[in-house]
Amino acid sequence: MIPFTYERATDANDAAKAASQPGARFIAGGTNLLDLMKLEIEKPAHLVDITRLPLREVEITNGAVRIGSQVPNSELAAHPLIRERYPVLSRALLAGASGQLRNKASTGGNLLQRTRCYYFYDTSKACNKREPGSGCAALQGFNRIHAILGASDSCIAVHPSDMAVALTALEASIETVLPDGSTRTLPIGELYRLPGDTPHIETNLRPGELITAVVLPAPPAGNQTYRKVRDRASYAFALVSVAAIVRVEAGRVRDARIALGGVAHKPWRALDAENALRGKPASMESFVNAAQAALAPAKSHGGNDFKIPLAQRVLTRTLADVAGTEAAA
Amino acid sequence: MTNRSPISPAINPVEENRQGTIGKALDRVDGALKVTGRAKYSYEYRGVKDTTYGFIVGATIGKGRISAIDTSRALAAPRVLAVLTYQNAPKQAPLHPREPGANRYDRSEPFLFSADVRYFGEPVALVVAETFEAARHAAGLVSVRYVSDEQAQFDLRANQSRAYKPKGVNAGMKTDTSEGDFDAAFGSAPVKIDVSYYLPYEHNMPMEPHAAQAVWEDDRLTVYSGQQISATAQSTLAKTLQIPVENVRVVTPFVGGGFGSKVPVHAQAVLAALGAKAVRRPVKVAQTRPQMFANTNHRPECLQRMRLGASKDGILTAIAHDVWTQTTPFDEFIEQTAAFSRVLYAAPNRLHRHWGVILDLPTSDIMRAPGEEPGSVAQECAMDELAVALDMDPIELRIKNEPQDDPETHLPFSSRSLVECYREGAQRFGWSNRPKRPGTLRDGRWLVGYGAASAMFPTLMRPSAASVRLSADGTAVVQTDMTDIGTGSYTVLTQVAAESLGLPANKVTVQLGDTRLPKSAGSGGSFGAASSGSAVLLACEDARSRIAQLVANDRRSPLAGADVNTIALRDGSVVAGEKSESLQAVLSRLAPSGIEGKGEHEGAEKQPKYSSHVFGAQFAEVGVDIDTGEIRVRRMLGVFGSGRILNAKTARSQLIGGMIMGIGAGLTEESVVDLRDGSYVNHDLAEYHVPVNADTPRIEAICLDEKEPYANPLGIKGLGEVGIVGVAAALANAVYNATGVRVREFPITLDKVLGGLPEATAT
Ligand SMILES: Cc1cc2nc3c(=O)[nH]c(=O)nc-3n(C[C@H](O)[C@H](O)[C@H](O)COP(=O)(O)OP(=O)(O)OC[C@H]3O[C@@H](n4cnc5c(N)ncnc54)[C@H](O)[C@@H]3O)c2cc1C
Ligand code: SF4
Repeated sequence: MIPFTYERATDANDAAKAASQPGARFIAGGTNLLDLMKLEIEKPAHLVDITRLPLREVEITNGAVRIGSQVPNSELAAHPLIRERYPVLSRALLAGASGQLRNKASTGGNLLQRTRCYYFYDTSKACNKREPGSGCAALQGFNRIHAILGASDSCIAVHPSDMAVALTALEASIETVLPDGSTRTLPIGELYRLPGDTPHIETNLRPGELITAVVLPAPPAGNQTYRKVRDRASYAFALVSVAAIVRVEAGRVRDARIALGGVAHKPWRALDAENALRGKPASMESFVNAAQAALAPAKSHGGNDFKIPLAQRVLTRTLADVAGTEAAA
Repeated sequence: MTNRSPISPAINPVEENRQGTIGKALDRVDGALKVTGRAKYSYEYRGVKDTTYGFIVGATIGKGRISAIDTSRALAAPRVLAVLTYQNAPKQAPLHPREPGANRYDRSEPFLFSADVRYFGEPVALVVAETFEAARHAAGLVSVRYVSDEQAQFDLRANQSRAYKPKGVNAGMKTDTSEGDFDAAFGSAPVKIDVSYYLPYEHNMPMEPHAAQAVWEDDRLTVYSGQQISATAQSTLAKTLQIPVENVRVVTPFVGGGFGSKVPVHAQAVLAALGAKAVRRPVKVAQTRPQMFANTNHRPECLQRMRLGASKDGILTAIAHDVWTQTTPFDEFIEQTAAFSRVLYAAPNRLHRHWGVILDLPTSDIMRAPGEEPGSVAQECAMDELAVALDMDPIELRIKNEPQDDPETHLPFSSRSLVECYREGAQRFGWSNRPKRPGTLRDGRWLVGYGAASAMFPTLMRPSAASVRLSADGTAVVQTDMTDIGTGSYTVLTQVAAESLGLPANKVTVQLGDTRLPKSAGSGGSFGAASSGSAVLLACEDARSRIAQLVANDRRSPLAGADVNTIALRDGSVVAGEKSESLQAVLSRLAPSGIEGKGEHEGAEKQPKYSSHVFGAQFAEVGVDIDTGEIRVRRMLGVFGSGRILNAKTARSQLIGGMIMGIGAGLTEESVVDLRDGSYVNHDLAEYHVPVNADTPRIEAICLDEKEPYANPLGIKGLGEVGIVGVAAALANAVYNATGVRVREFPITLDKVLGGLPEATAT
């Protein structure tokens, strides 16, 4: 860890201003940032602690739910509003990390946690994300957990968040404060970037831009679910996960929202699958077609070959489950 | 009894168990200290003076040489006191010879002694600073240039053809053994199995990382280090640093797990001693979790070929077990993996062989049930495969091949309850509900399967000493340098002493883990309780006989003139027949400053007359998700025949702990080597998956009421390791039963069964 200075912010505008200085970073729960600092993968010279900012409310206005960025993952998962109206989010949160971590982890920090690529965590290895231009050790290395969609030759890492997959299906938006005091709102789809040849730039946030809240529009009609496939029963990142919201009427899929986790550099909205499904009979054949459409552009790298059939299978099954048992039969 | 343990005392209070202390589920006597944080682990000693902190810099190539090393930036960093490298480290003895001597844990273990890099992560420097953070930061400022050896080899399979025959294998066992004519018998066997299994590297990864603090006072060294065997740690440090053994004290009263990895002295202890010498202040060094992957123990990767020949009715006629296992150019460790199949089943024609494959990786070493755990995978999966080929129940197949005597040595078994374990277990587990055809039992989207496998571990005993001091107030203090690595040594030794001295357990204090105390075998090889417990028993017997002499010769005592061999310590009294006198009264009158008893034994006989092992049967029920291939354990049962149980609670904890670790071996644990540079890729506990609570549902362990008359005077067999043995095989067999997919590469992760599952559209 390199020596750093520390301040505790009391005001969101001041926090954004302070964090816009070169080398400054926000710290919330610290469950990701501190690990990376110990390994000197993150080397902030100055930390702006945002945990005491008054951003800890979950409130409902005009049908939308606004979640302060300092709401801990455990509180959010247990919130009655979320459990009732956004079960996909509750389930995704509870599928992540461990009880202790969820108590510390914040909503904003969860969105911005960094990849778990083994080579990113090992400073003796080439990694374009950690050190632009150094290469990607994962491409020819051990890449069991790596991306099958939207990757590039520069980086095949995946985004590890479960919560963000559910938020993608829910079409959440992100509210921020900029260092100049202005605010803006980004749809979650515009928060994250694909790696391209700049995998070290992971989001479209600007220096010092502070996430103040996540806003959930009124829940779409239909059933919601989150399914996470992992190497052990708990406390493991997703190999593949699916957030699905499907509305079936008179035996037909009226609407579907599908996002995949563990497959790409960002939570992956499977628009092709949604389009393939919309208006189709809620039948196994439709689900298989939708899953095939979602994975059609997939490309694997050896160690993660199994993820393509796995994603296809779990997506098919999750759609069948969420569309209702009569459709699945 | 003709086959009574040869070192048993005249009166054996453990056998008599009049108070009932033996076997009782006594809570851990050190439990309160641990849960309140008062049990001090090695890194937690504040140190006598101004303690400093060392941080290890590891090599970032797999093999080669340091061509240049620049420590100037690190030395210039704030609060840094010294940077040790091979160029300036204090002198040490040369590295031990490659081939292990009589005791591979009692030999020189130098670090920072040459420009050569032997494996990825090998220490190349130690930074010592006034704070941990300063040392860690400066470690990143040490700049090392290397010349890589392009010939370095990291791939077991690619090097299998270059395998060699070692002179011996771990635990002093023979490399190869054979009987009869395997080739002929196998060639003519009506039913045959010829299958190969791959097992990955696994790391012990105890919760307490490997950490040490070293303090020099003139030429005397005290090292606080989590170690399993105090005395060999002391001797290793003395040999390495070339100082008299009596100048080294090792203190290790609490150890946060070891699983074998704290039997050797690892880099942190040696480097702390070197650092402390250089800066003339105490130094603490802890390995980080990633550093532990390179610089502590791991189980070697191995390939095993198993050939079984049987008659049509399932009688084994031929067994061959061939093992290729990783070892290194600088240290030979050959896991005794083919030893498991030497003891399990009868067959007149047998072959059990080992080869070493030299790879440029850190040395492999012991990990819970070395040999037995990996060996059981091949033998016990192959038995299941044979049962399928014979269309026979796999348990019946095993029972059919129960040997009359030890198949290898032909010595009689001192006790063996494998068949009883299977019968009892099958009954309790509901084995009759096992689907006869794979893939036929469903629970919602889960495919459900049952599997079973045998467990075995040798019963050993090593030389140990102990002392006991009885005070006139009726309390006793037991001392031995034995360790408690979370197993319950403090507790079971308390029970042995309490029962032997006729005292309540709360009057006995046990002191462990300090080389100033009488030397014991320590914790390893499941011999800890038998070895140190026997020494404690003998020490108590010594105390008893001294007291007996005193009262027999004291005219004031009601026991005056009694036969000393019949005078016992019971219920706080000294008794002979109907006569008795309170212990406190005897001691205050005849030995006001207390009585000291000493016990010592030489371990097991050199020429044993019996073959002694724990046997057990493991049962597992798994669910395999029909869509994703996710494998989850639904329940497990282990039934063991392990002689007398000293403490029902700590015994159960050891057994289920082993079984849980077996879930790791079967389903989740694998240290992946990057074949480009020999580094471990998934080197932290986020990506090296040990089973977590959610992976370990209903797990039961049961010990049969078994008599072990011979192995040691306590009549126990050792439970630290047998719990892990056979679990991975039972799980693999259950996965086959659930899905019809036979996985021979471990761990069995979902990607390995996915291809064999029904179509995603299946209902
Ligand atoms: C062992 C382990 C297992 C885990 N398993 C899972 C899992 O299965 N699924 C899963 O989803 N997650 C998992 N996690 C990750 C965990 O969810 C994240 O670490 C956590 O959500 C991060 O939140 P935080 O508040 O601690 O973030 P911090 O560590 O404080 O911050 C993370 C990053 O976000 C930035 N940041 C934080 N808040 C803001 C803000 N308001 N505005 C702008 N920038 C901000 C920080 O500067 C930093 O770069 C696991 C973590 C660990 C250690
Ligand atoms: S996949 Fe991305 S994060 Fe991983 S090594 Fe390659 S560039 Fe780095």
